[in-house]
Amino acid sequence: MSQNTLSNPRIDDPDDFYASLIALHNGLTTEQSQSLNSKLILLMANHIGDRAVLDEMLSAVETDSPQG
Amino acid sequence: MRGVRQIYPFTRPPELDTDKRTRVPVIIVGAGPIGMAMGLDLDLQGIPNIILDDDNKVSIGSRAICWAKRALEVVDRLGCGERMLDKGVTWNLGKVFFGDRKDPVYGFNMLEEEEQQFPGFINLQQYYAEEYLIDEIDKRELTSIRWENEVTAVSQGDEGATLSVSTPEGKYQIDCDYVVAADGARSPLRKMLGFDFGGETFQDHFLIADIKMKAEFPAERWFWFDPPFNRGQSALLHKQPDDVWRLDFQLGWDIDREEELKSEKVSERIHAMLGDDFEFDFEWVSIYTFQCRRMDRFVHDRIIFTGDAAHLVSPFGARGANSGLQDVDNLGWKLALILQGKAPARLLESYNDERIAAAKENILNSTRATDFITPKSEVSRIFRDATLELADEFEFARRFVNSGRLSIPTILDDSTLNTEDHDSFDSKLVPGSPAIDAPVKINGKESWFLKSIGNNFTGVYFARQGANAPEGAAQLEHDDIPVNTLVVSDMDVAGSGLLLDHKGLLKQRLDGQPGTYYLFRPDQHVVARWREFDSQAVRDAVARATMQAH
Repeated sequence: MSQNTLSNPRIDDPDDFYASLIALHNGLTTEQSQSLNSKLILLMANHIGDRAVLDEMLSAVETDSPQG
Repeated sequence: MRGVRQIYPFTRPPELDTDKRTRVPVIIVGAGPIGMAMGLDLDLQGIPNIILDDDNKVSIGSRAICWAKRALEVVDRLGCGERMLDKGVTWNLGKVFFGDRKDPVYGFNMLEEEEQQFPGFINLQQYYAEEYLIDEIDKRELTSIRWENEVTAVSQGDEGATLSVSTPEGKYQIDCDYVVAADGARSPLRKMLGFDFGGETFQDHFLIADIKMKAEFPAERWFWFDPPFNRGQSALLHKQPDDVWRLDFQLGWDIDREEELKSEKVSERIHAMLGDDFEFDFEWVSIYTFQCRRMDRFVHDRIIFTGDAAHLVSPFGARGANSGLQDVDNLGWKLALILQGKAPARLLESYNDERIAAAKENILNSTRATDFITPKSEVSRIFRDATLELADEFEFARRFVNSGRLSIPTILDDSTLNTEDHDSFDSKLVPGSPAIDAPVKINGKESWFLKSIGNNFTGVYFARQGANAPEGAAQLEHDDIPVNTLVVSDMDVAGSGLLLDHKGLLKQRLDGQPGTYYLFRPDQHVVARWREFDSQAVRDAVARATMQAH
């Protein structure tokens, strides 16, 4: 599993997908948005399935700036 | 502030001294870039027209500065493209910065294919573009501008329209077959007629500061999300000719407008952005909010709306004047054919449909960019920032970053004027696409493909051998709506008007296998294409593209 595979754009019309994603949150409280995002992550993780890929993703975001 | 430009004198219109009513085929209201381009296009089509403007000068301040490739191609057909290109600052690269990071998180190139006459973009102050258009109008016989001629009323009937015009020396009425409204975002004509202009206003303010300074920044579009010098907001830096730089600061909704416009306050922002140690002069400062709106219909019988009068977008994406010039490109030849009695008036419906499709596309892109730049909710902002953080490392995330999707021409692939492909083509172009440029040689001289087509229906034939047009092509030149056929060859053979495709790029870009015949509309859009020439098929395609009964 390489960085390139994670990096490679795979979504057609990214602006349209992004707009749909943000629209999902319209009118939600922060708590509700967090919950929605968590469900989305779990669904996507299950769809990916491959533990090696998931671990790759976990470390990709872990190296990001810590809280605060 | 500088920017004081020429005053265009009022000339007493002849209508003030006679009872005889003037009738012209077309009256254009508004001498901005769109109205003047319209006048020039109709002049090229042989249609007399008059442009009325309530003012006596060009745009104050730089205003529209980004002229996109397609808009330049349109203006080049009208005679001003090269002058704009020569004066303008050419740029193709954009860079996006985020937060405290020194390096850009993302960069993009607006020019996908090299070897075209015009670049992805040039930056040029709107007043220069307007001055060049005025100079060109002065050279023409069939178009002219009447300064300080304000339209105060408009009416229309089955035979045409009548405008009431007020001038410093009196009032007059004037008749025409068609009115083209190019009177801008606040369109007095639209208001007089009570037409809708639905859409949304965004709750945000932006400060434009155009300053004159000597600086070493490259000619690129630089965009910042949440920079240290404008926390929580965005900013933009862009180069213009004459050492003028466009700075744009997002201010938010809740601001003290007068306070923000004070020159000390603006200077403070500029120094925070660019450092303390330099000098500059103000060229133009303005605060704006923005809106995305459009009319339900652009064609109202004898009155046709164009440019900002018909549709309005946020400036992110440079889709205002650039789309207005595409309106002109679309409308000129259609109006001409109708006025010459060669096409039915319903051809205007295709202007309405094609340009509304374009306006929808522009508004969608502009709205999405605005939502990304100024997120409407906390979670939207968190997603935006997360996207920017990922963009550093991950290519896919860069695709989501939206600092304005810059103007690219609308592909009219849904237009009923097109004739569907029956053959297969390995080209980015489809029926409805504007033509793509390529270098060619004509009679030994370097030129460009786009200079060879336009104003009339043009056939482009990729020769099988030699420089011969296909049999039957010459007769098409004598039709009521003529089609001139150009022959493209990659062999340097003698032939009048032959396009020598010396680099093979035209063949490559159009998938021009030998025998291929492309038909272009007068606005340079592909309208039909075949692997074999068939004069009846070409005639049918022209009939379809001009809405002849069949």
